[in-house]
Amino acid sequence: MNTTSLKLFQGIGRYGVLLALVALILFGWLRYENFLGAFNVLTVLRYNSMFALVALGMCFVIITGGIDLSVGSTAALGSVVAALLSPYGVMPGLLGGLGAGLAIGACNAFIITRLNILPFIATLATMLAASGCALLLADNQSVSVSYETGFVELGQGDFLGFPIPAWIALIAYLLGSLILNFTSFGRTVLAIGGNEDAARLMGLPAQRVKALVYLASGGLAGLAGVILAAQFGAGQPIEGVGWELFAIAAVVVGGTLLTGGVGSVGSTLAGVLLLGLIFNILNFENGLGWISLSAYWQSVIRGAFLLLVVAIQARLSMRTEEAA
Amino acid sequence: MADTATTLPPAHRAPRFDVRTILTRYGAWIALVLLILVNLAITPNFATWQTLNVNLTQVCAIVIVGVGMTLVIATGGIDLSVGALMAIAGALAPLIFLGKLFPLPHPAIGIALAFILPVLAAAALGWFNGWLVTRLRIQPIIATLVLFIAGRGIAQVFTNGNLQVFNLPSFQFIGLGRVFGIPFQAILMIFIVATAAWMLRRTVFGRQILAIGGNEKAARLSGIPVASVKKRVYLISGFLSGIAGLIVIARNSAADANLVGLGMELDAIAAVAVGGTLLTGGRATIIGTLVGALIIQLVRYTLLANGVPDAAALVAKAAIIVLAVWLQRQSYR
Repeated sequence: MNTTSLKLFQGIGRYGVLLALVALILFGWLRYENFLGAFNVLTVLRYNSMFALVALGMCFVIITGGIDLSVGSTAALGSVVAALLSPYGVMPGLLGGLGAGLAIGACNAFIITRLNILPFIATLATMLAASGCALLLADNQSVSVSYETGFVELGQGDFLGFPIPAWIALIAYLLGSLILNFTSFGRTVLAIGGNEDAARLMGLPAQRVKALVYLASGGLAGLAGVILAAQFGAGQPIEGVGWELFAIAAVVVGGTLLTGGVGSVGSTLAGVLLLGLIFNILNFENGLGWISLSAYWQSVIRGAFLLLVVAIQARLSMRTEEAA
Repeated sequence: MADTATTLPPAHRAPRFDVRTILTRYGAWIALVLLILVNLAITPNFATWQTLNVNLTQVCAIVIVGVGMTLVIATGGIDLSVGALMAIAGALAPLIFLGKLFPLPHPAIGIALAFILPVLAAAALGWFNGWLVTRLRIQPIIATLVLFIAGRGIAQVFTNGNLQVFNLPSFQFIGLGRVFGIPFQAILMIFIVATAAWMLRRTVFGRQILAIGGNEKAARLSGIPVASVKKRVYLISGFLSGIAGLIVIARNSAADANLVGLGMELDAIAAVAVGGTLLTGGRATIIGTLVGALIIQLVRYTLLANGVPDAAALVAKAAIIVLAVWLQRQSYR
């Protein structure tokens, strides 16, 4: 294969998710009225900001070559803690949810870096533990938040005409992108995923960076939990089921390799929006009345979409290998 | 583990008899015995036929799925789709015997097909997982994530998310029937465990599975048909998930696509891990998975029977998983 077509293939691999996102938006814009109306856009952004935060943490974890299955139940725990603390004000609720997430993240970091247990199994265990803690704290039911302290603004409010949760996600992604690309921490994250032994032999603080990555993933999941509680007015101990897999799917759709070492924060955001828009478009399509697909189709379509993306990625990487 | 099958012949293992080795090798068995002793001491009515039956019926589905999961993990893979495949099998069976999918010439044929077709469908989807892993070289966790996400959706689309209630003793025998007082599903479980344990230890296929998990490249270079073995392993995992799905709906007299097999992948992986199978592949024990599942079930039962809420049992389960895997690691230093 000549270099031009190789570059073309790599380009598709890198920008494919953006192209798909643009295509999907164009499709929606041409087909449905109000698709790009302020209401729809802001609703989509508000709702998906929770998933975006979880996916950001997952992106860093996956770049180090690990995985974090605990994010969904961590978010549920964060939402319960935030709801329980919301009567005391916005900050206690926010910090409580964040703190709960950081605590689970710290457990993950300890089990993975100190006990040397595979991330997959370590975070599987903390997933169960976080879910158990959330149910215990919430007494097996959802916990309503206080509407008097302004806590719900964190999920339902606007700032400069833009949803507050979307601001939070946006700032988190900007920071995440800067950290990954322009700090020694970020370069170490990439180096660990590329080859952990080599990174360690070069004197990079691999264990400490890994610990911080899991801590951050837990914290972001806790923050997502705060938004969940504020947006729906309740801390929900059984919410968050399958979020981890949604986040993994978003990261993978964004072109981050699960083997680690390669990844982009921006593409992850595009991956989240892409998966979120599929649901949105399904709703619009039903609204047109030509077809009537139940909400159950959503997961079928998402799964098919994930399949399509990984199949294309697999093909591309095979060709790149052959060429190299 | 007494039945541990590894790629190494036993002669290569240095005999060590210190306490730590015994603790790590027989840890799961010791834990199981301790649990039973503790229960005999503190749990009222523990040593009864009924308690045994309750625990056996609750553990069956996890063990049957866990056997397939053990084989998949032994090749160095993972199968996240098992719960979704259970839901698909569980949704299909009532559609068939209630005659909603196609007209039935005779009820007996409907019941026979309701056993065969759903399990075949689950096996075919398992094969599809294997195809993704081997042909497209997608990592197992992602390849099976596809059906994890889509599979339950497919089952829900089939049934439109509705609960399917039925009362059909000849079909429900698989979940409710008894042979000499022993639940049929427990007999089925023991048969599956015995077959798989024999296969892993005594057949070429079993050795090939372990060889692939130990070192895939070396296995390929030594002429093992890696792709075909892997595809068969994922097919077996799907097949067993299908059977487990049928057991669950038969037991409940109802099929709920939203709930059948929900979280099963985690229970099965936990049982495999606690049982002493190496999660990176190459070393597996089917009996260990049975013991692991029994431990997890017994811990939950012990806590529930003594008035501890179910949620706390989750935290205990998490601690057991971490402890078991950590102990395992100590013996492989």
